[in-house]
Amino acid sequence: MLTSVIFIPSVGSLLLLLVGKNPRISRLVALFFVILELILVLILFVTFDRSTTGYSFIERANWVPLFNIQYLLAVDGLSVSLVFLNAILGVVAVLISWTITEKVREYFALLLLLQTAVMGVFISMDMFLFFVFWELELIPMYFLIAKWGSGRKEYSAMKVLLFTLIGSAFMFISIIALYLSQPVADRTFDMMILAERDISGLIPYAGLISIGFLVAFAVKLPIFPFHTWLPDAHTDAPTAISVMLAGVLLKMGGYGLIRINAGLFPEQLSDLAPLLAIAAVINVLYGAFIVVRQTDIKRLIAYSSVSHMGFVVLGLSSFGGSVISTTAINGAALQLFSHGIITALLFVCAGLIYERTHTRYIPDMGGLIARMPLIGIGFIVAGLASLGLPSTSGFVAEILIFLGAYNTYPLATALCAFGVVLAAGYVLWAIQRTLFGPSLKRWADLNDASSSGKWAIALLLIPVMVIGIYPRILLDVLENSLLRIVGGLA
Amino acid sequence: MNEALVWAIIFLPLMSFIFISLFIRPVLGPRSRWSSLLTSGSIGLAFILSFWALLSVWGQSFEFPSHIWFIVDEANSIQQFVMTVGIILDPLTATMLVVVTGVSLLVQVYSQGYLQDHEQKLDSSYSRYFAYMGLFTFSMLGLVTSLNLIQLFVFWELVGLSSYLLIGFWHQRPAAAAAAKKAFLVTRIGDFGFILALLYLFSKRQFFYELGLNPFEIPDIISVAPLLGSTTATWIALGLFAGAVGKSAQFPLHTWLPDAMEGPTPVSSLIHAATMVAAGVFLVTRFFPLFEASGIALIWVALIGSSTALFAATMGLVANDIKRVLAFSTVSQLGFMFIALGVGMPVVAMFHLTTHAFFKCLLFLASGSVHHSVKTFDMRYMGGLRKQLPYTYCLAFVGVLALSGIFPFAGFWSKDEILLSAWEGSHAYSFGVSQLAFWIGLIVSCLTSFYAFRMLHMTFHGEFRGGIDAIPKDLRQPYEVDEKVHLSESPWQMLVPMFLLAVLAIFAGFVLASPVQILYLPAHMFMHLFTDQDGHFHFGVALASTFASFFGIFLATVIYQLKLTKNWAFGDSFEPVRKILIQRYYFDHFYEGFIVKTIGYKGIFATSDWVDRHIIDGFADLISWFGRNTGRAFAQLQTGQLQVYGIGISLGAATIVLAYMASR
Repeated sequence: MLTSVIFIPSVGSLLLLLVGKNPRISRLVALFFVILELILVLILFVTFDRSTTGYSFIERANWVPLFNIQYLLAVDGLSVSLVFLNAILGVVAVLISWTITEKVREYFALLLLLQTAVMGVFISMDMFLFFVFWELELIPMYFLIAKWGSGRKEYSAMKVLLFTLIGSAFMFISIIALYLSQPVADRTFDMMILAERDISGLIPYAGLISIGFLVAFAVKLPIFPFHTWLPDAHTDAPTAISVMLAGVLLKMGGYGLIRINAGLFPEQLSDLAPLLAIAAVINVLYGAFIVVRQTDIKRLIAYSSVSHMGFVVLGLSSFGGSVISTTAINGAALQLFSHGIITALLFVCAGLIYERTHTRYIPDMGGLIARMPLIGIGFIVAGLASLGLPSTSGFVAEILIFLGAYNTYPLATALCAFGVVLAAGYVLWAIQRTLFGPSLKRWADLNDASSSGKWAIALLLIPVMVIGIYPRILLDVLENSLLRIVGGLA
Repeated sequence: MNEALVWAIIFLPLMSFIFISLFIRPVLGPRSRWSSLLTSGSIGLAFILSFWALLSVWGQSFEFPSHIWFIVDEANSIQQFVMTVGIILDPLTATMLVVVTGVSLLVQVYSQGYLQDHEQKLDSSYSRYFAYMGLFTFSMLGLVTSLNLIQLFVFWELVGLSSYLLIGFWHQRPAAAAAAKKAFLVTRIGDFGFILALLYLFSKRQFFYELGLNPFEIPDIISVAPLLGSTTATWIALGLFAGAVGKSAQFPLHTWLPDAMEGPTPVSSLIHAATMVAAGVFLVTRFFPLFEASGIALIWVALIGSSTALFAATMGLVANDIKRVLAFSTVSQLGFMFIALGVGMPVVAMFHLTTHAFFKCLLFLASGSVHHSVKTFDMRYMGGLRKQLPYTYCLAFVGVLALSGIFPFAGFWSKDEILLSAWEGSHAYSFGVSQLAFWIGLIVSCLTSFYAFRMLHMTFHGEFRGGIDAIPKDLRQPYEVDEKVHLSESPWQMLVPMFLLAVLAIFAGFVLASPVQILYLPAHMFMHLFTDQDGHFHFGVALASTFASFFGIFLATVIYQLKLTKNWAFGDSFEPVRKILIQRYYFDHFYEGFIVKTIGYKGIFATSDWVDRHIIDGFADLISWFGRNTGRAFAQLQTGQLQVYGIGISLGAATIVLAYMASR
């Protein structure tokens, strides 16, 4: 099951290289495989046993027996939610790339490969395998930005690559150190076993090792001051890649923080919690301050991601309390999903607008909703969700984080909660400047979203509303796994 | 009354919203009359059910069990977060249900006339308008019935959303788009306090769990309010009050309401006069035991209320836009309601909320009716309309008398009870504050009748000054350029709702608060709905307030009827004062110009942006520059000449040998 979840996209990717250069066929093949993937993941999502605190669908095979490296796949609730997110965004990314005309076959092949790599990150339970997928993701990402991007695309692509690589270098050292510092007889990369062990009692320098992981994830999430790759990359990447970047690649950082730093090194995370709380406040407020100044719509959305990822960090900082709040961790995990969908929707709408107006410069826009009501509605709903309006997923995630974190760090939580007010400011101002106002003559003959655009918007609108109204659909999946992870400290 | 019916009241308007946006608008088109019929019908049905609910709560409250929405499991149960939803049906809720659905229904009927021009042609946003109206009514009904504080907050924000959508209804007008954003943002600053109250309350959850209660269920909060300790109660109460101040446009978050008049007039009438802005008053009333337990919070309520009542009334004295006058009046009257709460009389606040809903809605609808024929809201271009719009004139006159608090109109009774409560101060936490509130209230009564009659004189008396035709084209808004005056009485869809509201504005106060029993009409009916205590009537206070009102009427009539003024100001010697008032005490300049633009946009935000570009990102670039250039420097060594490599190898070997020997 999980093997096919990982490799269906890459089968599609290979097939694309065989079917020839016809762009139409390439698109359809890509669409077929991402939809197949979504169906498979839906089955996984539905059949996943919500009552268990353990792992499901385990697949295990020896890979490099000498170092006890395994091909080990398994999911728990946290993985399932992010796998689901990735599957949805995979379809959206293909739909939104319908208008790509340059080297269509190669483009979709790389896009599918990217989906495989991200799936692998969320599903691998062997740390070595995890690292392989973590690095694999960079290859398609680099080419997709550098080749199909806009603006300073080579610079941005290189920047993503270098930032992530430097982060992964730290992680790699930590992985090796973690392996070697275990007693010779039972050295393992198996994260399920490692989570059971009392690592801090078992190995020396556990604090340093955990910091190595933290740096890698902090770059990816991103946490201030490692965030400057993000605005450049998001801005210069093609729409679908911005969607994937903001939607799932950032979530790899959050996933790592919860899976490894919280799951394997809870004591160390608890020691670092004050630092995380400060980082959260900086991310949320400083990020929001910068958003207000942006005039490029994609850059604006990118910085809002920095701000919103601060909430995830705040949720994790609740590890500093005497009693850890699963409410906050649930909120953080929910925020990963919810922000993935919301930001994807924002980028989809921004991309559709750019496709039509050929500008991303906000002061040049105005009155667009009269010309493109559907795109406008998509943008408004996503914006409202982003500012945490109740009945959207953003509200549930943020209120859970605040409620859980308040006991541990009241001041930091209050400051982060003020970020919600700032979010209202920049979101509504952006809406006012792009969509509202007199409809301009130069936009008179623009059309609304094409059918592929409509599907992409609908596919994202539904989860935003459903989770906002009925959060249990996701909380039930997350809850028990997170309870296990948090229970690691007790 | 059973629970399902209450849910039906809430969800009927939502159904119309969903049905219009998913079916009627896409299929039948944006001008379909079905949308207005559906919304009016569903709200009408909700009104009937609400009235039934009101009758059923006479002398009893319903306690429906709560339902679990979601739970977040925790390792230990002290932490547990249990999110429930449910319904409260008590006299407070039932009163609000009837007021909201009743006023909303009348406004829907009125809107059907308002949204068509004189050739019966419908506005192109007809369906969208009624869909939003359905959404708003749903949110407001959800708010007043909520059992759980977070549930209440959800609807609270949805009310804010509907208000945003309806103020910005004509989104192509820049002023409307800006006003919508401002309304949402300013109220959200208040909501920040609301959120902090939620967080603080949740941090006290252990206390609730030990008693087997849920920290977010409203009846539970109310029942433990006296046990919480006054400090805790004060913080929670003040947080909630911050939310109320935002939503009810109280000082210092009052600036959004005058701008909100950019929305369609029926919207202003429903949302920004009669119902939504009352949500703050409702919230404080709902949590009144908490405010009582705090005590200090009540002083704040009274002080904010009375200062707002005064400030807003003075700003209303000079406004030339008829809707702006009414907006300031709304802010001021809401201040009155907060005075009533602050002096410890929530029932009286609710009573004024009810009567105010009737007469203020009436006045707004009348201003819409006037606009329907003169096409402008600027009173300097009106005048003499009593001849062309006789019905509107009479109905507006009733509204003005009720607003001024003249016996026996509705406003008289509720205002009188507020002043009386303040004067006696028997329930107030601080007698001094209560007395202060009384004297301010008396001054405001005088100011109120002054601006009300100024409005009446400028609009309906004297000679007609030309309406929109008299405004030079370059001074008009872009959307007004092609408008023409069309002097005629409004259609029946607009007049009938106004007539019904006028009836209520005349009789509601007397019927609900009559000091003695008349036939089958019990005395102090409204008071008895909520409490066992008897209301009473104080002749001296009534006389004082009536005198104050008549003094205001007298001044307005002398100045404006006898034309003792130029430019509708009081005269040149008052020019500096007038300027301050016209500029609304420079609050907008301070907030938007100084705080947002100078400190925020050009200060903190610009600095952060600069730091991010040049220092944080500059540092990353510096590192990569360093890496690139050191790489280049080492690359110079790769010359490809064997001699150089040979030298390198021998030097290296020598170094190792020397180091080895040295270490020996």
